[in-house]
Amino acid sequence: MTLLLDLALIAGLLALAVHVARASDDQSAIIGFIAFGLLLGVGWTRLAAIDVAMTEAAIGGGVTGMLLLRAEARLRERSSQARSAGRITKAAAAIGCTVVAAGLALAVLSFPSPAPTLAPAAAAALDATGLGNPVTAVLLAYRALDTLLEKVVLLLALLGVWSLAPDQFWGGAPELRRADAPQPFIYLARILPPFGVLIAVYMCWVGADAPGGTFQAGTVLAAMWLLVMLAGLRPAPETRRTTLRLLLVGGPVLFFTVGFLGFAVADGFLSYPEGAAKPIIVGIEAALTASIALTLGLLVAGPSGRAPVP
Amino acid sequence: MADLLTGAALFILVVTALGLFKVLRSEIAAERMMAVQLLGTGGAAAVLLLGAASSSPAMTDVALLLMLLAAVSCAAFAFGQPSLGPDASEQAEDEA
Amino acid sequence: MTSLANAFTLIAVGCGALLFLAGTLGLLRFPDTLSRLHALSKADNLGLGLIVLGLLPQAASFTGGLKLVCVWLLAQISAATASQLIAGVLYRRKLRP
Repeated sequence: MTLLLDLALIAGLLALAVHVARASDDQSAIIGFIAFGLLLGVGWTRLAAIDVAMTEAAIGGGVTGMLLLRAEARLRERSSQARSAGRITKAAAAIGCTVVAAGLALAVLSFPSPAPTLAPAAAAALDATGLGNPVTAVLLAYRALDTLLEKVVLLLALLGVWSLAPDQFWGGAPELRRADAPQPFIYLARILPPFGVLIAVYMCWVGADAPGGTFQAGTVLAAMWLLVMLAGLRPAPETRRTTLRLLLVGGPVLFFTVGFLGFAVADGFLSYPEGAAKPIIVGIEAALTASIALTLGLLVAGPSGRAPVP
Repeated sequence: MADLLTGAALFILVVTALGLFKVLRSEIAAERMMAVQLLGTGGAAAVLLLGAASSSPAMTDVALLLMLLAAVSCAAFAFGQPSLGPDASEQAEDEA
Repeated sequence: MTSLANAFTLIAVGCGALLFLAGTLGLLRFPDTLSRLHALSKADNLGLGLIVLGLLPQAASFTGGLKLVCVWLLAQISAATASQLIAGVLYRRKLRP
């Protein structure tokens, strides 16, 4: 029965991928891509990779879709007639994806059986961190450097988006709100965020001991914030505001500070003192969640669209 | 019991996929929007059943996220439609 | 007691799965977009509701059951607003010549 289920999932994912590559216009391709993200979330669940499934559902099914939709809307504003990538571009993209997928498949199939794994080592050292979720332990203790650099990359991406703003708009607020937000949308933007914030706090809190964590929580918060901004319930913040910028860099800065303190109180960069690992990690996670939520929200919101109000 | 629940998850996934490809291939833009909502509910149901079958309660959290983000995506998509709202449609007509 | 709970689960989950089938049949067979929208939202939510109801006896803890109900509540909010938005797009398209 489980084999049949897996086969059905694989068939569905492949069919969706082909649909995205073949879609006649950009909007149907984006819808197909969002659906692909949601189904991939189910797929990861089948592989018992719950943390990945949550991230995929939040990123692939949510924030990436919004990012692509806004990019498409911007392109549509610029050129009046709907313009889509040509046949050759699409074929090239499809071939490129196939080659990458085939390469990955070859790499996975060439592993010796049983595949080399660090899972027992990760589980054995779990007690030293005080955490219950091995994925969080890998992300914030064993391989904390990777996570730290990942957050810095996110900030760099945001700087890249901001630098697309014309000179006179620098420091202003991104234009998100439209005058004609329909009533059901405003209703959703009023009642969904309380649910979303509750789920995000729960995700962040539970992440230390069970699947969940900063990235999922931050993404959910970003999606809720975008909903509120799109409906015009709250304006998008001006990008020059000091509090906003402090919160943006707060997570990585705290991470760096803890990292350098490691030289003084523990064994070196990014090593935590014995026994205090868990509270430190939870603190870093909280600051990172706020940073990630703001960064992702502002990435989707785009470069500032009007001059700063003096 | 676990096998039966997995079977139900398989059934729902297959049925959802059939509906999904019908709406994704539709000529009408509004129908294609249903795809996200459809996969949100179908996917959440399948994940809940799988979670009960393998008795791992954390899978409920995946279903929660699927449902939440499907709602957001669907709304964002409907919002981005050019013909939404009386002002937008009048504007489009003026330009035409 | 457990066998009774299991029987309840199977019946409710079976009915839920049938409603998903009914929803898809509606999507495939109904003549116009608004009736297809009706098929999607009604069947999916009643289907999901029955599945959640069926899985409640299997929940390991009270909070686990509460989360199951929350999934269904989210589906209600999501389906109601999504249907309204989609129908709104459709309606305004029709008004235009």
